[in-house]
Amino acid sequence: MSDTQTAVEPEHKIRTDSMFVNLGPQHPSTHGVLRVGLTIEGELITKAVPDVGYLHRGTEKLAEARGYHHCVVLTDRWDYVSAMPNNLVFCLAAEKIMGVKVPPRANALRVIMCELNRIASHLLFFGTYGIDTGAFTPFLYAFREREMILDLFEMVCGARLTYNYIRLGGVMLDVNDAWLAKAKEFIEYFKPRLDEYDTLLSFNPIFMARTENVGLISKETAINWGLSGPNLRGSGVDYDARKADPYCGYEEYDFTVPLGKKGSCWDRYYCRVQEMRQSVKIVEQALAKLPAGETMATGVAKVPKPAPGEAYAHVEGARGDLGIYLVSDGQGSPYRMHVRAPSFINLAILQEMLVGNKVADVIAILGSIDIVLGEVDR
Amino acid sequence: MAEEKSTGNGSSPEIPKSQPAPVPAGVSAGAAPAPAAAKPAAAAAPKPAAPPKKSWPEPKFNEKDGRLLKTTRYWPTELWPHPWQSASYRNGAMMLFGIIAGLLASGAAIGELSTWGDKLYALIAGFVASHGQPAVVTDVIWVAIKVLIVLHVVLINGLWAIWWERKISAHIQSRVGPTYAGGFHGWAQTIMDGIKLLLKEDITPAAADKWVHALAPAIVVAPVVVAFAPVTFGKDLAAANLDIGVLYIFAMAGISVIGVVMAGWASGNKYSLLGGLRASAQLVSYELPRGFSIVPVLMFAGSLDLSVIANAQAGYKWGFLPKWFIFYPVVGQLAFLIFLIASIAETNRTPFDIPEAESELVSGFHTEYSGMKWSIFFLAEYGYVLLASFLLATFFLGGGASPFVFDHVIPSWLWMLGKAMAMMFVFLWVRWTFPRFRSDQLMDFCWKFLLPWSFANIAFAGLTLFLR
Repeated sequence: MSDTQTAVEPEHKIRTDSMFVNLGPQHPSTHGVLRVGLTIEGELITKAVPDVGYLHRGTEKLAEARGYHHCVVLTDRWDYVSAMPNNLVFCLAAEKIMGVKVPPRANALRVIMCELNRIASHLLFFGTYGIDTGAFTPFLYAFREREMILDLFEMVCGARLTYNYIRLGGVMLDVNDAWLAKAKEFIEYFKPRLDEYDTLLSFNPIFMARTENVGLISKETAINWGLSGPNLRGSGVDYDARKADPYCGYEEYDFTVPLGKKGSCWDRYYCRVQEMRQSVKIVEQALAKLPAGETMATGVAKVPKPAPGEAYAHVEGARGDLGIYLVSDGQGSPYRMHVRAPSFINLAILQEMLVGNKVADVIAILGSIDIVLGEVDR
Repeated sequence: MAEEKSTGNGSSPEIPKSQPAPVPAGVSAGAAPAPAAAKPAAAAAPKPAAPPKKSWPEPKFNEKDGRLLKTTRYWPTELWPHPWQSASYRNGAMMLFGIIAGLLASGAAIGELSTWGDKLYALIAGFVASHGQPAVVTDVIWVAIKVLIVLHVVLINGLWAIWWERKISAHIQSRVGPTYAGGFHGWAQTIMDGIKLLLKEDITPAAADKWVHALAPAIVVAPVVVAFAPVTFGKDLAAANLDIGVLYIFAMAGISVIGVVMAGWASGNKYSLLGGLRASAQLVSYELPRGFSIVPVLMFAGSLDLSVIANAQAGYKWGFLPKWFIFYPVVGQLAFLIFLIASIAETNRTPFDIPEAESELVSGFHTEYSGMKWSIFFLAEYGYVLLASFLLATFFLGGGASPFVFDHVIPSWLWMLGKAMAMMFVFLWVRWTFPRFRSDQLMDFCWKFLLPWSFANIAFAGLTLFLR
């Protein structure tokens, strides 16, 4: 009699336990010091709690004790994979407060550098996402190309990661003909590589199976969680700060905003790959019609003490809508600097997205959100 | 060594003397004259006054793409003596060369053993008889020789395969891979790594089940050595002529799963546990299509004996096409593909490397292993790759049979080795090209695709045999 009962209701007899797994802060796939507390049953996630703050350096507070020129250095350290937009967004906000007009050549150089940096950043994403899904080779292909971009940056400003190139009122140094020739050469070299990536990874059946119906974010969810950048566009929402609120003369360039369809990991991935194409297009145009003239505005003080006021500037960084809210009280340093860090905001959706997925999907989703912990923790 | 030193010390301070310009500017250009000027200087002033000034050479850029040239990225041999020039390296390299040459010679000896075998056996028998020992001693010695040879096939394969994998993966990924150790394309890298692994601390985690943790690598590696017993390394060249060779190999290879699960369980690490669980599911599943995929081969050959299977593929169709099983229309190719895919899954390699998925499970079941225990897992992995390569060559590529009608010179063991290495290259190639499956997709692929098709393939084979 008891035997039949066991057969009918086996779930009462088999005791299953959930397991708590710390994904990070030391883990090959968290791309930094992110910790995700996972509660798993077998391979299934039942609860996920992202834990951030391991890389907190308090740059927002540090800015309150530094001059405006010095703050640019701090911005390099947020999103160290694409530091040019960070430089740019701070300069835009500060220039708004100070009322500085940037010369057109400096604007074009800013656009070129930011787009090159976007390519470099997306290449890093492309490579590491390959590793996340188990393909190691794309990583080194991506780094081969990224190396060239970093060489270009090194030529122009001496740094490979933390550039401090975009300064208040313009850019640090003008580019020379050798640099322009090399940049054009890189663009020509890079264009066919993008097709190579598509054949190697983007349309690989295994890769698509891993990412195509995983980590779906609907349009509404994406907007509700405040996503931005390729994560938002992967869900099909047409929002790009370069189009919606052009800065640095982005309205002069002809480019499209690639959109995803379903909001899956693959959509977000492919948005970035296509964005690289668009960035190449923008750089090409900018190089072709690079205006002559000064690269630094006149009238930017050594120690700027802008009149009391506030300004918000935002740019389309590699990871999303990067914004800065800057308040001046007339002193030599900002009264308050607040950063709208896209990585941090994009990360929040993880706790909702991860639940119900497999452990292997956690890595695919985490990778597709493309966070940089320097920016998450600031 | 002393010569080297005096030249080295004499030459460096000489450079500022003869060239007033600072050293770094003229390094590459001044490399040739500097040693020439060094010799008389060394004779004239044996004791250098100042320590040699070391500086990196001027970076040279490629004209075309502006990238840093290879020569200035690597060891600045113009300034510092290359390690290859030091006596310790040279002696070590000669020693290693001796070892490798010995191994190669013994490899060649193994290859020709089929012709010498009987003579050698008679020699041993005569020696034993002359010492008044019973005849069983001859067999014991004979078996011991065979066991040693097979064991060394597995061990040396580990050295070779890891180096090869590193070189191939490097060139696939636009890198160069190991280049220093041993000089010639870094061939000694694996040997050096092996020495390093032997010297490393063997860590057993506090949470680990000590005995199971230590036993697991042995249980993983022992079956692969044993499984090599009936493998034919050429025409009629096997350590043991088992008439159930195929069955034996599959049975032995199945044992390793237990070791993997033990390693995952005993490490006391959650990632290892997940890896062990995944491994058990995967390996048990893929045994089935792997076994069923070769049933057509067995049907055509009519035997489970590996040498019979290989010999059944001798001869040529229409005078030029070898009668290998892979050339049998549809059935051969299907069986080959299923067996290849299932073998890749059995060896835990990308795209089926979910048990040790680095990005998810850190390293899966061998996360908590270090030193030699860790490397033993790799030895087993490469042993299985070699085993699968030899099996692929035996089942589908005609074993030691030559693909050319006119070829009567190249020995069969060389053909066998060549085919196995070609198959091994396929393994490496696949690994460095594809992403990884997810565990449930892996199961779907096995149960919903490979297994039905392997069944269908058996039916195809039956139809072919029926119509013949």
